[in-house]
Amino acid sequence: MHDMPQAIKEHAPAQTFIRKYVFSVDHKVIGKQYFGLALVAVFIGMALSWLMRLHLAWPNLHIPGLQWLSSSGAPNGVITPEYYLSLMTMHGTLMIFFVLTNAPFAGFGNYFLPIQIGAEDMAFPRFNMMSFWVTLVAFCVLMSAFFVGDGPPLAGWTSYAPLSAVGGSAGPGEGTGQTLWAISIAIFCIGQLLGSLNFISTTLDLRTRGMTLMRMPLSTWAWFITSCIGLLAFAVLLPACLLLVLDRIAGTSFFVPSNLVISDQVQTHSGGSPLLWQHLFWFFGHPEVYIAIVPAMGIVSHILVNSMRRPLLSHRVVIYSLISIGFLSYMVWGHHMFVSGMSPFSALMFSFPTLIITIPSTIITLIWIGSLYGSKLRITAASLFALGFISLFVSGGVSGFFLAQPSIDIYLHATYFVVGHFHLVMGVASIFGIFAGTYFWFPKMFGRTMNEGLGKLHFWLTFVGAYCIFMPFHYLGLAGNVRRYSAFVEDYLQPLLPVHKFISIAALITGAAQLIFLYNLVYSRFRGKPATENPWEATSLEWSIPSPPPFDNFGGKHPVVYHDPYQYGIASSTGDYVMQNSPEQIQTVRDDKSLT
Amino acid sequence: MAKLFAVTLVIIALGSAAPILMHKWTPPQDISAHGPTIDDQMSHTMVEAGISFLAAQIILAVFIWKFSGRREGARISSFPGGAMGLVIAAFLLVGTEVLALGVMGARAWAAVYFTPPAPNALLVQAQAGQFAFYFRYPGPDGKLGPLHPEMISEATQNLFGLDVDHDADSKDDIVTAELGVPVNREIHLLMHAKDVGHSFYVPELRIQQDFLPGLDLSLHFTATKLGRHEIVCTQLCGLGHYNMKAYLNVMSAEDFEGWLKQQATQQ
Repeated sequence: MHDMPQAIKEHAPAQTFIRKYVFSVDHKVIGKQYFGLALVAVFIGMALSWLMRLHLAWPNLHIPGLQWLSSSGAPNGVITPEYYLSLMTMHGTLMIFFVLTNAPFAGFGNYFLPIQIGAEDMAFPRFNMMSFWVTLVAFCVLMSAFFVGDGPPLAGWTSYAPLSAVGGSAGPGEGTGQTLWAISIAIFCIGQLLGSLNFISTTLDLRTRGMTLMRMPLSTWAWFITSCIGLLAFAVLLPACLLLVLDRIAGTSFFVPSNLVISDQVQTHSGGSPLLWQHLFWFFGHPEVYIAIVPAMGIVSHILVNSMRRPLLSHRVVIYSLISIGFLSYMVWGHHMFVSGMSPFSALMFSFPTLIITIPSTIITLIWIGSLYGSKLRITAASLFALGFISLFVSGGVSGFFLAQPSIDIYLHATYFVVGHFHLVMGVASIFGIFAGTYFWFPKMFGRTMNEGLGKLHFWLTFVGAYCIFMPFHYLGLAGNVRRYSAFVEDYLQPLLPVHKFISIAALITGAAQLIFLYNLVYSRFRGKPATENPWEATSLEWSIPSPPPFDNFGGKHPVVYHDPYQYGIASSTGDYVMQNSPEQIQTVRDDKSLT
Repeated sequence: MAKLFAVTLVIIALGSAAPILMHKWTPPQDISAHGPTIDDQMSHTMVEAGISFLAAQIILAVFIWKFSGRREGARISSFPGGAMGLVIAAFLLVGTEVLALGVMGARAWAAVYFTPPAPNALLVQAQAGQFAFYFRYPGPDGKLGPLHPEMISEATQNLFGLDVDHDADSKDDIVTAELGVPVNREIHLLMHAKDVGHSFYVPELRIQQDFLPGLDLSLHFTATKLGRHEIVCTQLCGLGHYNMKAYLNVMSAEDFEGWLKQQATQQ
């Protein structure tokens, strides 16, 4: 473990600007690159959601300048119902792949996983560089879909076949834009597979002396488990996307059955299965939910113990629960397909694991809340976002009780209830994990501290705003408001319009509040208060090195680890904590006695 | 700030629960025979999810209120019962709760999907295509004629691709744009997708089922109240998805017969 492989020893600091900041093999630069890409993607994705919300509340609103983006999709700046579907597809794809996968996992994971285990870099630095650049290519391919002739794709981020597979005959938006979507996601999968392999090898092989698996911080555990999930999930989505591309451009029929009639023309495809796409997609798609949320759970745990000044009630139980979640995440994909036409018997088979997966999630939540008891909680912007995460995770989680049951899903499937559920539990909760991580680790990443006051203001507006936006989604869903509809006029949905207006206003305000975050990020990067080595009095290895860390992290030395990761709430020479690499003898805070 | 956060949490929790407790947001009135089972299941789940939601948010708020900003020398203590107590609580309370819901829910699901349609159920075929639903009734012979995809034509209004010149069973088939059904009689709906994926959703009927291209599905239901309700497509099917709808018209048996005859004369 402590004898570094030769390849890592030869990892010398880069000399040129290009090798240092652009095509860098340094995991810290790559982590920041992923973070930056996610930042660009999240603001584009949020702008798209603004346009969607404006259209839903005020369908005839003229948005100056929008016609320049798409003259057919927004003639005179008024969004057409068709263009709404494109905005929605691009919003979902950007957020799920390029934000929720990139930032908490690839971004923070790349930066901090090697440091937290005491390594100089990732196991395969060049693969690591490649994984980012491949992801950037995927992003550019997806963005180019905005500017192709017949418009961006509109089949949703799930791109169900045969709509996504038969090509331009199914209507505008099903032409080149849809092909670009499939190619982009296939490329994205390659980047994630490279990244996942790298994370797994690094965690297993490059831990420093004394860093046993159980001594790894929970954030590292979460990234490790996520990379195991990702390796299996993206390995299925990649071939699925390639088959979709073949169906579209090479005339194969993997997902298209016989005798489809579009515009009075019988299609030439024959013998494929639309359900096959759904199975392949959701075999990836459900684990993807955990790819987004597990790193956030790890980051939140890591920050929470630091703010509570005590370890969690049980380190082991949280790890075992995270592993169970990862394992179970592969047994539940069919709950997205209860009404798809798959066998109703399999619906029950998928329902029970879905209900059972709430048990490990509940255990972790109870341990977070239970650990607060008797702690010495410090309120910072980071800890506020971590606590807000727990609240949102619970709110989004309990609506899962409904959707896990096929009988209730008959009514709620494809309504705003589902949209509210997943936005809270995997969208906003995961974003809160990212925010918590940003406020917590910014001093380490950039050597400067973010403004706490602005951070707290950002928290309040975002926390209250998120509830104002997404709680009413559940009510709309209960009233039968279907999703993926662009206009609610002249039908049974019209009475719900005032709620949509409320949500749109809340979304505009909450979105605007993110500019505070952006300002804080940019301002603090250049003008922030210089950060010390360990501003939060934390225990893990990233806080034992300078801020920002030197290129090889530990200055050519290999740290030695003596303690469990979260030795808070003890008496030591440094105060109420002892760092993992401090040789000081202390009375170790072990797991709760009832568990040992 | 911690105390303000705790208060905000409680306000959000109570505020979120209030519209539900006041029964402001409920599904529209049920008009189906199987609907009450689904509605009951939804109510049970609402109670259990609601209690879990409120309990978790309020306890979180109380702990944040109590244990933030304590003085320097304050002692760290542990939750009574420790992690093991919480693990047991998660298994016993949440585990049994969700499994009970799962078992009850499975029965509700079985009531809809595991029972065959009654022998005297009225056969209707629904066809979904971009961006309209059409319905076909078998006529006096009780048989639906075969479909010929190559004969489908909007121009000649041969929407299903029927060959009335050669197929005897197709001759008396009645094609409509509205799903007219007699009240209190079971309907056996055969679901055929013409082009891409679509879905059949009538909130009042507590039914949502996708049309699966390449595989004709069937479902059955009994409408128990007269009235006219929207059928909406809930599976994204392309540009005009938002505009794809039809009407379910539940009529008395006599009105239905009259309506069907009238539709037949318009063929």
